[in-house]
Amino acid sequence: MRARPLSPHLSVYRFMYTMALSIAHRITGVALSAGLLLLTWWLMAAAGDAVDYATVTAVLGSPLGRTLLAGWLFAYVYHLVNGIRHLTWDAGIGLERHEARRSAKLAIVATIVLYAVLAWLLFTTAAAAQGGAQ
Amino acid sequence: MSGPIETRSTLRTPLARVLGSGSAKQGVHHWWAQRMTSIALVPLTLWFVFALAGLPSFEHAVVRAWIGAGWTPVWLTLLVLVLCHHSLSGVQVVIEDYLHGKGIKIAALLASQFAHGIVAVACVFAIVKLALA
Repeated sequence: MRARPLSPHLSVYRFMYTMALSIAHRITGVALSAGLLLLTWWLMAAAGDAVDYATVTAVLGSPLGRTLLAGWLFAYVYHLVNGIRHLTWDAGIGLERHEARRSAKLAIVATIVLYAVLAWLLFTTAAAAQGGAQ
Repeated sequence: MSGPIETRSTLRTPLARVLGSGSAKQGVHHWWAQRMTSIALVPLTLWFVFALAGLPSFEHAVVRAWIGAGWTPVWLTLLVLVLCHHSLSGVQVVIEDYLHGKGIKIAALLASQFAHGIVAVACVFAIVKLALA
C-alpha cells in the first residue's frame, strides 16, 4: 500500500506569519520542558549545601548561562502570551482569519513588553546577588 | 456499510471495535488536561517569576528562606507538579506528531515519562526539605 500523507501538510499552504507563531509555540514549549531540568537542578542545589548552590550560580552567571536564561525567559513569556491566545480560540473566540492575524500582532507586542519588564526586574535581582557575593 | 442490510462479519458493534484505539482512547481527557493545566499555569508561573524578581538577591540564604517560608512551598509544589503534567502532555504531542517510527516513538515517550517523573519527585523533595529545614 502506498504511504498515505500524514498531517501536518506543511507543503500545501502559502506561508503566513501566523504559521511562524504556531511553530514557535511548539519550539518554545519544548525549550521550556528542557528548562525544567534547570529548575530541578537549581531547587536541588538550593536544598543542598553552599558548594552545590555556588556551582549553579557560577554556571548560570557565566555568559553562556545568562544567554540561556535570557532565552528561557523569552520562551516563557512568548509561550504564556501565545498560550492565552490559544485558550481564547478554545473558547471559540477570535477564530476569524483577520482576528487571528490581529491577535498574532498583539501577541508579539505583548511578548516584547512583558519580556522587557521581567528581564529588567530579574537582572536587577541577579545583579544584587553578585554585589552581595563580592 | 453497503446497502440497507448490514454486512458486518462480526457480532461486535462498531463502537466496541473503536473503543481503546485512535481518537476513542484518551483524546478528550488529554485535551482537557492540557487546557486545565494551561489555565492554572498562568497565575502560578506569573507568581513565580514576579516573586523571584521581588527577592532582594539570589544568594543562597535568601533563596532558602524564601522557598521554605509561609505559603511559598505550597505554591511552588503546585507549580512544579502542574508544570510537569503540562510539559509531559506537550512533549507527548510533539513526539507523536514528528516521530513516525514505532520503536523510536515508544522509546521517546518512555524517556519523556521517566524524565518528567524524576523531575517532579526531585523538585518536590527539594521543596519539602527546605520547608521542613
